[in-house]
Amino acid sequence: MIDRISNIFLVGCFGLFITACSESPTLSAPPGEQIFVPDGPGKWLTIMADGLHDPNGPGAKQLQNPAEALFYLPSAYSGNKVRWVEAIQEGYIEPRASIVDDNYEMQVIDLDVIRTRTGELPMVLFPHKKHTEWLECSNCHEWLFKSKRGATRFGMFDVLSGEYCGRCHGAVAFPLVECFYCHSVRRSDLKKPVTELEMHK
Amino acid sequence: MTSVLIHTHNRYSIRNFLQGYISVLALLTLFVPLPASAEYGDVVINKRAEKAGMRPVIFPHWFHRIRFRCRVCHTEVGFEMRAGSNDILMSDIIEGKFCGRCHNNKIAWGPQNCQLCHSGLPGLKSGVRGSTTTGGPGRW
Repeated sequence: MIDRISNIFLVGCFGLFITACSESPTLSAPPGEQIFVPDGPGKWLTIMADGLHDPNGPGAKQLQNPAEALFYLPSAYSGNKVRWVEAIQEGYIEPRASIVDDNYEMQVIDLDVIRTRTGELPMVLFPHKKHTEWLECSNCHEWLFKSKRGATRFGMFDVLSGEYCGRCHGAVAFPLVECFYCHSVRRSDLKKPVTELEMHK
Repeated sequence: MTSVLIHTHNRYSIRNFLQGYISVLALLTLFVPLPASAEYGDVVINKRAEKAGMRPVIFPHWFHRIRFRCRVCHTEVGFEMRAGSNDILMSDIIEGKFCGRCHNNKIAWGPQNCQLCHSGLPGLKSGVRGSTTTGGPGRW
């Protein structure tokens, strides 16, 4: 019995150990350094104190701090603390669509996909429009997601493991703590029940 | 006899309580948000840098996506969307591949500015950083 308790205790300690071991910023900017750090929901670490850049190196002090650029974009509470899709739709930023062809235009398609098999959670709505403003079809199709409805089978575990949606969400696009950004369609809100994977304009 | 029974019963309840408490603790630690470091989406590239005597490279996604749409790098330049699957050689960059497609003194500053990319703390491991907001089964 003592063995069992100690085993479980060890698992608990291991979990705490993993949490404690994750890198935390211990460095701070040298005194006298003038850095723009706004208060509020948008709080960004400075380059000199982000635990990633070497404050003693020659490059770190030449780089732009995230706050100096991201403060001016629509704010969010997670990820980069920026609502990137809104930033592009409302014209805060105008990222180049191509470095090869100056006249290249993004092929934006307005097509929503609902994934219905989400258990107890609201169904997932995938808006092509928001994605095709950043990406092109071949970034996701056909290698990662098949165009045919119902042909791509994956679950939340895959996403949390960095596959499918998790290729971007949880790495660069909004993080996976924002459950209801994706799980946004309540079954009770629908006039008629959707059966499989439903697409509509 | 009864005292023995009660004794066993007590022992069991304490054990159950401890078991429950500790497994809940262990489970909770999996989902506790990890302390933030780096900016969301920062990528450490250190497969070769430190072995060659340079600081690791820090690639900031936030800085680049203000200026370029995803497709520019992930289609035109050909970066795969998976940390570790792009084998980036400095010689390739100087020849105008990968980062060198823009970092060529025309679109952006050129590869002679070593310190601007090679600015990481020594000893960092390659991978996407700033993104481990859940301690779940992810591997970012």
